[in-house]
Amino acid sequence: MILTIATREFKTLFISPIAWSILAVLQLILGYLFLKQVETFMVLQPKLSAIPSGPGLTDIVVPPLFGNAAIILLLVVPLLTMRLVAEERRNKTLPLLLSAPLTNSEIIIGKFLGCFGLLAVVVLLITIMPLSLLLGGELDMGKLFSNVLALLLLVAALTAAGLYLSCLAQHPIVAGIGSFGLLLLLWLVDTGTQMRDTRSAWLDYVSLLRHFQNLQSGLLSSVDVGYFLLFIGGFLLLSVRSLANLRYQK
Amino acid sequence: MTLLIEAEHLYRYYGKQCAVKDVSFTLKRGEVLGFLGPNGAGKTTTMQMLCGLLTPSSGSIKINGVDLSANAKTAKQSLGYLPDTPPLYKDLTVQEYLHYCGQLHGLSKTALLPAISQAQERCGLLEVKRRLIGQLSKGFQQRLGIAQAILHNPDVIILDEPTVGLDPLQIREIRALIRELGQSHGVILSTHILSEVQDSCTHVQIIHQGQLILHESIAGLAQFMDTGILQVATRLAPDTDSLAAIPGVLRIEALTATHLHIHYRLSANPSQALTAAIIAAGWELQELTPLKKSMEDIFISLTEDKRP
Repeated sequence: MILTIATREFKTLFISPIAWSILAVLQLILGYLFLKQVETFMVLQPKLSAIPSGPGLTDIVVPPLFGNAAIILLLVVPLLTMRLVAEERRNKTLPLLLSAPLTNSEIIIGKFLGCFGLLAVVVLLITIMPLSLLLGGELDMGKLFSNVLALLLLVAALTAAGLYLSCLAQHPIVAGIGSFGLLLLLWLVDTGTQMRDTRSAWLDYVSLLRHFQNLQSGLLSSVDVGYFLLFIGGFLLLSVRSLANLRYQK
Repeated sequence: MTLLIEAEHLYRYYGKQCAVKDVSFTLKRGEVLGFLGPNGAGKTTTMQMLCGLLTPSSGSIKINGVDLSANAKTAKQSLGYLPDTPPLYKDLTVQEYLHYCGQLHGLSKTALLPAISQAQERCGLLEVKRRLIGQLSKGFQQRLGIAQAILHNPDVIILDEPTVGLDPLQIREIRALIRELGQSHGVILSTHILSEVQDSCTHVQIIHQGQLILHESIAGLAQFMDTGILQVATRLAPDTDSLAAIPGVLRIEALTATHLHIHYRLSANPSQALTAAIIAAGWELQELTPLKKSMEDIFISLTEDKRP
């Protein structure tokens, strides 16, 4: 049942131009940024080789690429998630799902996986870029893997939060603006603390960026992975609750 | 035989407003139950509660013997529902859409295709099955909504105003389809058109301001239809009180001073007495026409009957 909804959601994205336009735009921007990083490496290479155990090809190319991808996806994910539930409510197609023999969690997880499927394709396409360097060089596979994992966890977290706001809002655009605001806030919440000498541990912990960067550095810590899993689980749970609340509407 | 639907003492509040008030009824296999009521009477709210879209404020619903609130997933397996707006995805073709609906209701791969072609045939959708739903006319969209509700062959079929937006020919086809479905399933349909109920239902239930005021078989309905309306026009303004005193006149509704709607009992037709009275008083009768029966007459006769 979950897969039925997920497949439908995934296919719907590809029937309309939404998925294609997002893939095309992302690929164009990230391809350009990737080539810039490769060029930087070419320029720096003579100096870098002089430093013993200095940063290698992977360090110069991969983290900046995935970091930029994360920021662009922060803008893109709300555009994808905003329609998930809000549009069904607006087009009055939600009764089809609500009157079918499905539980609320099946509907929510199905929607989540369908949207995450497209984003996983995006991450795959981004990963192929540094992999192409294997033709003429060597990569630190461990580091690449941790970057891919970090990005996958991040987009899953963004999707879950966007899905929740889509359940809350009556209008897709409102859901989009709301989730963009929420995600940007969570992304930037620790910037102010860096100015002061004493950093707030609390704000540090909440920030999406901090955990994402920790994972990106190749340090696979259970705190960071746990943070993302809790984030995803929490927002999915809230979405299920808010869908259930629709039946109690006043 | 288990009852297909048992609804007991349903209440639903929107804020402080009570949309449905103490509604109880049952539905058996082979019955077509017409839910009749003016707009805003609580028909849609009641149907949404039966389908699990809204939780009742209090009361219980059993579908095919399964409690809807405790065991929603099993209960909903025996449900087919057409909401007041058909829930259609405009980017899909008719075939894709029905495929998805079948999967959602847990039809197996082998059962899916025969079920889809049967539903398409029953609702006259074969010619448009490759078309995009967004490009279909309102009538076809409505038929697709019905196809979606009967696709998985559910025991209970709930149709919210199924003939809205159809042309007269299609209405006849859909009514025939509903009668056919009613032989082997339990069907509930809502409408505000009296003739629709008389045409396709075996039972009728009238809901008014959230309360059931009648639950009867179609034969039983006839006895409540003992009222009619006369449209009367005179040149001079008549004295309504003296007209109301004529036996058989139930109520007089003055549209203007000289145009009246007179509600009367069919069994004691007062037309002749009215004519005589108006002429005798010199008000100069210009028109006296019996109007076609409407649901309003039934409401009036029902509320009249309740008066002591």
